[in-house]
Amino acid sequence: MLSGLEPLIIRPETNFVNIGERTNVTGSRKFANLIKSGNLTEALSVARQQVESGAQIIDVNMDEGLLDSEKAMVDFLLLVAAEPDISRVPVMVDSSKFSVIEAGLKCLQGKSIVNSISMKEGEAEFIRQAKICRRYGAAVVVMAFDEQGQADTAERKIEICQRAYRILTEQVGFDPTDIIFDPNIFAVATGIEEHNDYAIHFIEATRVIKQTCPGVKISGGVSNLSFSFRGNDKVREAMHAAFLFHAIQAGMDMGIVNAGMIEVYEEIPKDLLQRIEDVLFNRHPGATEELVRFAESLKDTGGRSVEKDLAWREAPVEARITHALVKGITDFIEQDTEEARQQFDKPLSVIEGPLMDGMNVVGDLFGAGKMFLPQVVKSARVMKKAVAYLTPFIEAEKSSSGVGGRGKILLATVKGDVHDIGKNIVGVVLGCNNYEIIDLGVMVPADKILQAAIEHQVDIIGLSGLITPSLDEMVHVAREMQRLDLKLPLLIGGATTSKTHTAVKVEPKYQNAPVVHVLDASRSVAVVSSLLTKNAVENTAFVAGVKAEYEQIRAARAGRQSAKEFLSLPAARANKWMTDWAAYAPPKPAFLGVKTFENYPLDELAPYIDWTPFFQSWQLAGKYPAIFDDSVVGVEAKKLYDDAQRLLRQIVDEQWLTARAVIGLFPANSVSDDDLEIFTDDKRTGVSALLHHLRQQNKKAPGLPNFCLSDFIAPKETGVPDYLGAFAVTAGIGIEEHVKKFEAAHDDYHAILLKALADRLAEALAERMHERVRKEFWGFAQTENLKNDQLIAEEYRGIRPAPGYPACPEHTEKRTLWQLLQPDGIGITLTESCAMYPAAAVSGWYFSHPESRYFGLGQIGKDQVENYARRKGMSIAEAERWLAPVLNYDV
Amino acid sequence: MTNEVLPLLTQAAQRRILIIDGAMGTMIQQYRLEEPDFRGDRFQNHPRDLKGNNDLLSLTRPDVVEAIHRAYLEAGADIIETNTFNSTSISQADYDMSDLAYEINVAAAQIARRAADEFTAKNPDKPRFVAGALGPLSKTLSLSPDVNNPGYRALTFDEAREAYAEQARGLLDGGAHILLVETIFDTLNCKAALFAIDEVFEEKNTRVPIMISGTITDASGRTLSGQTVEAFWISVKHARPFSVGLNCALGAKEMRPHIEALSDIAPCFISAYPNAGLPNEFGEYDQTPHEMCNFVEDFARSGLVNIVGGCCGTTPEHIRHIARHVAEVARTRPATGQPKQAPSPLGVAGTPCFPASNRSLSVRKPTS
Repeated sequence: MLSGLEPLIIRPETNFVNIGERTNVTGSRKFANLIKSGNLTEALSVARQQVESGAQIIDVNMDEGLLDSEKAMVDFLLLVAAEPDISRVPVMVDSSKFSVIEAGLKCLQGKSIVNSISMKEGEAEFIRQAKICRRYGAAVVVMAFDEQGQADTAERKIEICQRAYRILTEQVGFDPTDIIFDPNIFAVATGIEEHNDYAIHFIEATRVIKQTCPGVKISGGVSNLSFSFRGNDKVREAMHAAFLFHAIQAGMDMGIVNAGMIEVYEEIPKDLLQRIEDVLFNRHPGATEELVRFAESLKDTGGRSVEKDLAWREAPVEARITHALVKGITDFIEQDTEEARQQFDKPLSVIEGPLMDGMNVVGDLFGAGKMFLPQVVKSARVMKKAVAYLTPFIEAEKSSSGVGGRGKILLATVKGDVHDIGKNIVGVVLGCNNYEIIDLGVMVPADKILQAAIEHQVDIIGLSGLITPSLDEMVHVAREMQRLDLKLPLLIGGATTSKTHTAVKVEPKYQNAPVVHVLDASRSVAVVSSLLTKNAVENTAFVAGVKAEYEQIRAARAGRQSAKEFLSLPAARANKWMTDWAAYAPPKPAFLGVKTFENYPLDELAPYIDWTPFFQSWQLAGKYPAIFDDSVVGVEAKKLYDDAQRLLRQIVDEQWLTARAVIGLFPANSVSDDDLEIFTDDKRTGVSALLHHLRQQNKKAPGLPNFCLSDFIAPKETGVPDYLGAFAVTAGIGIEEHVKKFEAAHDDYHAILLKALADRLAEALAERMHERVRKEFWGFAQTENLKNDQLIAEEYRGIRPAPGYPACPEHTEKRTLWQLLQPDGIGITLTESCAMYPAAAVSGWYFSHPESRYFGLGQIGKDQVENYARRKGMSIAEAERWLAPVLNYDV
Repeated sequence: MTNEVLPLLTQAAQRRILIIDGAMGTMIQQYRLEEPDFRGDRFQNHPRDLKGNNDLLSLTRPDVVEAIHRAYLEAGADIIETNTFNSTSISQADYDMSDLAYEINVAAAQIARRAADEFTAKNPDKPRFVAGALGPLSKTLSLSPDVNNPGYRALTFDEAREAYAEQARGLLDGGAHILLVETIFDTLNCKAALFAIDEVFEEKNTRVPIMISGTITDASGRTLSGQTVEAFWISVKHARPFSVGLNCALGAKEMRPHIEALSDIAPCFISAYPNAGLPNEFGEYDQTPHEMCNFVEDFARSGLVNIVGGCCGTTPEHIRHIARHVAEVARTRPATGQPKQAPSPLGVAGTPCFPASNRSLSVRKPTS
């Protein structure tokens, strides 16, 4: 097994490492021509293709009479280093000239392989070269070659390798695991009798070397073997496959192979295979002749299948179902499911058999990082379709239980919260793993959750939420579970949740069963499986591990005295952000009051979409558009993006969604440091609303202010007329109907995609409205001309902080915003936790001061909480509840 | 010549968690030194501005450098780093001082030794060690500084190797107990340093423990040159270091998963000296000693590390906190010579995936 390097994690089932051979001028005429003509860009794409088609190491060789090999090696490797999708794999520096090898090693930051050194020029030179390789940290291929020449018999191969092993490990200090022996693969079936045992010699030598030289690896150039069948790829491919099958069993670890030039051993036609193995093992004197004759007969009938893409349709039905699940192909799934149904005695067996087997493959690939979330969701779509097809048959049979053999999981977004993209993804991923999901949807009160849990006899409850008040609601649910003496494990997830919150706030409230924070969907399967496993040891170990970890988090927190230094509220206010208001004239908006946009054209919004968060919602990490070049998630990100673009087109063309906005611009001044008075008109006598903001209290370095958003508005006593804006926008009107349609079609993938796009459109509308406010309605930046990436980078004047976000984390200020703008009139409402509905909505304030900026409030002290409660007319307990995430003390 | 430091150091690391010092640059800033301090008498007429060439202070204000070393030793550091982060001929070229490289290294090692030896003499049960610091160079071997010419390199492997060899000679001649290749954001630079060190060992017929400390530049979990920590370890393990670890760029909290990954794969001792949190909106490090200590103590309690300390923004106060809290941790991570996970019989490292367009090639030099 070869591992230790991320892209080279070789699992036991993939026990052979492919070394790409196309970047070798001696082996590939195409590559040689590209290098000779200086077309390095095209040469790089040869390397890229190899990696893409599965080479785990690339062999680079520039040994060509007409080339300056050293320079060609260096030039090429330096360019490879700049191509992350190629340089993620190690390089095998291949040359018969050691100076070329050394030049290559100077360009490679990774641990490379030198191909090759040998004792052909004697021990002294061998030791010198090996020592240099060791200083570069390279592994070496050692050819079975000595002063007498290249070894062809098993005895000579073994003897030379053993001698080299002793020298390398004892004299040079080589780590045995950095030694790779190449015991020489020679051509068989050449018609020369001495050659008939070459394959046997290699395989036998491999076995003995592996036994007697612990730690070493065995490699070889496989294509040499079939040299006499040049032009007959079908036979060559079969010979390589058959040879490797036996050599790998003897201990061969890696080889230089054209990955496209190997047949699958099981798929070699039996008549051909027998003749090939006769040759490889020299089973009878006429073996070569027979294979040659047989090969001739194959030559013309051969040829690759034309409809390559549909070749998988010829496999047995189980394999087809697995293929469809892994690739997310729905086209044939009903037909295949029907075929499987006829083979099994019960329709349920199709689910428990081939469908679950296929989903297990998907689960394994996902767990191993070989599949990504969008693919898994597509797999789920195939699964759902198949299950939906089978359901009538199952019901007809009145078969007792349906899907979900492994357990029932209840999922809900808690009361007051409407966000469910993450929860739905968890549902899909768990569903894929054969758990039955009872999804109660969004805004589910505690009593309904508990009632449903009891009614459906679920095994686990999972709570989700995005906004901060949901954290408290989760604590409440936990408390209720304890009170009702439920014994079910409780899972906590969602963007604002954290391990610390779960450990400190939730777990102590519910002692009956484990409480586990689940970071993201990919972890959910492992957690649920550990919680529900019948294996008592695994279960206890997991539960005890989590408990211990949470206990430690609590202990660490308790032991933390006032870690940061905090200022008193008066001291923080004394250090407020200041400017010379006398020298500043705030821009007066072109209109004052409220303006509503009933049906904002969606096609105007599409170019304003910020795609990076879209990928984040699918757990694909990376920035748009660079994410497409990411070697891990790039391909999937591109597919997802293409799907999103298609759906977006449809949303826009068919007007699935209605976007609406309301903005307001008001005369305003700051009062008593942290509050903002909003006036009914520019006479500034009647006050229509009072906004309350919070001030940073952590001790700052000298010269740095303790910010509060109110600092950016001129104080009332200065007499400077200043203004504040407000907005609320949505792009989610009408979404329900389409989400339902997708869900009815068992297409969670598109349901989630639609919600994610609606979120993006709402953000885009917020961006667009802000731009128009700056350029038209407030008009302080009429000449602004920014591209979307500049907008995303906030290169404009002013800010638009949103209640609930870092600068103003307290959600109830939204109620004041609602009072000013009345967004209910255009269909955006607030829940009791101050979440906006529809979920695809954004609201916030506009500040125009050129130095206004975003900041994080950080934690605040009890004195500010008391002061804030007084200003807001809340009890201290209620203020503490809304401010829970930012308190610097425990309640 | 056999090296007498290794058994002593190994013994100490097996018994308890060792403390390495904190930032040098942060401390130097507090002295508010001006151009004349940097110039001293000797460089009064040097044609270039010298303010900011912290490494030069070993020649012109050795009192300041020594006082900082003492402050860290006082705070409980077992290992102090020489003030030589930029003391190669390549990095000193920015100040036209390439030819002083050897001298600066000798002086810096001598100053650190003076302070360390005094503390060792006072309390022989707690021997103090001087780690000669080899920084990352101002130029990188794996990355092109010219976006239009990806095959271009600002220096060659051999140039880097020679500069590092000169530095290693200076540090050893000045008496460094350990050589520490640190803040590695390009593994090829590090490999050049390791190559040079091996050559210098052979030339001097001596061998001191090597510590290697890489830098994960951001949340991607990779070095600037694109390697994961696992790939990084595989690429440098041939040097058979006394320890491998991470420093700089991240705070302790952000560093944890990467230290864990390294601790899982590398069989030698593990070091971690993170920054005092992530820079705030003003580019300053403001994690308090207490806050930082919580995270570092967790490293220790979780059995992930053998050597801890601080990088940018940390002060003797941070180190004192860490030393005090970590001293209570009975558990030390065993350096078994065998990794916890089954090792690859053959570790071969490339650069797994590195979205080049995401990364800027201009690297701010750490202040430590």
